[in-house]
Amino acid sequence: MSGITQQDVFIVTDNVLTPLGKTTAENFAKLKEGISGVKEHYRTAISPLSFFASLFDQDEQILKADEHDYTKFEQLLVASIADALNGSGIDIRDKKTILIISSTKGNISLLEDGINNIELKNRISLSTSAKLVAEHFGFQNKPIVVSNACISGVLGIITAMRLLRSGEYEHAVVAGADVISRFIMSGFQSFQALSPQQCKPFDQAHDGLNLGEGAATIILSTNEKYAQNIKVKGGSVSNDANHISGPSRTGEELAGAIKQALKDADLSPSDIDFISAHGTATVYNDEMEANAISIAGLQKVPTNSLKGYYGHTLGAAGLIESIISIQSLKQNLILPTIGFKEAANADKVNVLADAKRIKANNFLKTASGFGGCNAAVIFGK
Amino acid sequence: MLTDKYITASCTINKGVVSKNGIKLFENDTNIAALLLSTYQHLQLNYPKFYKMDNLSKLGWLTAEVLLKDGFKKDDYQPEDISAILTNANSSLDDDIKYLDSIKDVASPSLFVYTLPNIVIGEICIRNHFKGEQAFYIQDEFDADFMAQQVNYQLDNNISQACICGWVDVLEQDYKAVLFLVEKKRNENSVEFSAKNMRKIFNKD
Repeated sequence: MSGITQQDVFIVTDNVLTPLGKTTAENFAKLKEGISGVKEHYRTAISPLSFFASLFDQDEQILKADEHDYTKFEQLLVASIADALNGSGIDIRDKKTILIISSTKGNISLLEDGINNIELKNRISLSTSAKLVAEHFGFQNKPIVVSNACISGVLGIITAMRLLRSGEYEHAVVAGADVISRFIMSGFQSFQALSPQQCKPFDQAHDGLNLGEGAATIILSTNEKYAQNIKVKGGSVSNDANHISGPSRTGEELAGAIKQALKDADLSPSDIDFISAHGTATVYNDEMEANAISIAGLQKVPTNSLKGYYGHTLGAAGLIESIISIQSLKQNLILPTIGFKEAANADKVNVLADAKRIKANNFLKTASGFGGCNAAVIFGK
Repeated sequence: MLTDKYITASCTINKGVVSKNGIKLFENDTNIAALLLSTYQHLQLNYPKFYKMDNLSKLGWLTAEVLLKDGFKKDDYQPEDISAILTNANSSLDDDIKYLDSIKDVASPSLFVYTLPNIVIGEICIRNHFKGEQAFYIQDEFDADFMAQQVNYQLDNNISQACICGWVDVLEQDYKAVLFLVEKKRNENSVEFSAKNMRKIFNKD
């Protein structure tokens, strides 16, 4: 990064809240055992047909003794942020702390009840949820809400990194969540984007994605007392300018975001030890991403997709997958890609079928979404 | 490096009036559908994809058309050097309601794709071949200070050389769009890029 001397951005702590576990440690332990949250569900409230997804149990209590009238979406955010904050020493009420929320559809399921009035429209608004969550914890600044399709989680991290680097804030709490509803399920069904079984990212037989529910929180800081922690080293965003619902034909634009993120992090492709890909398991996404990884000179770098464990958790995906990969970095253990056996694009991307122990210093996280958006972020020791 | 930045153009579509740089271009205050179609016709555009868009994308796309016509020298920039940062209050709720209505019969993929607010950025990028940074944020009202911060960071750090930023919001018959073109060079219409100047233009109607 030329010009302004920018501060390093350190990771203070994090949380992953999914059907597999309520903390990052619980989640990583399940993943190490090869346990997936994706299974077949019969829930007529979501779909008249059975489907494969990673969902919370219908009677699962996300917040214990919730005295507020929070929706499931807000409960996920509150529970995830509360666990991340627990023992972190971060002062929420400090004016130098900002809350950033990432989601694609937030409270959209409220619309399914058929009532359509101004109160409901305000209740659905992501700003309303963000305000409730901010008030719950006592954040002093107005929260920032990112809603940018499937890059929302990664874009939340990049937004936070930049706000911290510029000195605008000292700490950022970035939280993301999405809930799977009839609205979302029917939409992906209408696109014929769903796999009729557990998804197979980057496999020759990849035939669509699974949806998933979850939340995650990452707390970032420029305070030097965290200088030994893992850093957010760089990030970048791009647009394909090609099609609103299909990815780039070439992958040039995601490759461009990866190259810019490397430049921002002052790293070269050989510094990247592994990649946590978006890897949705749709043919279009996987091919585009394989092309992009190859164009960026990363075709030999061990790569995984975590979608086989969690499904596509939409606005939470970038956060969940970044945090799991941070654990991989800490434990020098890269997780395998569940569902992957035979490579669809072996010469362009080195997808891991088995867990791999390596001494890793840096990893790349990518994401792409509807509207032609791409994002890349690099974490490192 | 802090660089000088200018609002080299602005366009507002609000209350039935389309204006550029504070000057009224066109008026049709019947309803939003009629306003959008008649603005498209008034501009004598030929872009069949326009008809497939939802109202949020139509509104943002038309505002960008007016913003960029006559004066913006696209060829001075690489596609990767032009960014878009948009905000609104109602996300894609206008289309969400229409999509949900469709699933009573057969869920419509062409309505579903517009159930994300950032699709309007995609439409603007496709039209103009912009491949730079992009972001969509939800706010209960236009936050000029936040926008100035975001744009300053991008332009000061040479992440972008020009930025289209602002507000595009639609919910049924309520709508407002105000877009700013921010560049590092001045022109005859330019004003200094600042939160104060964005707020002034935004609130002018």
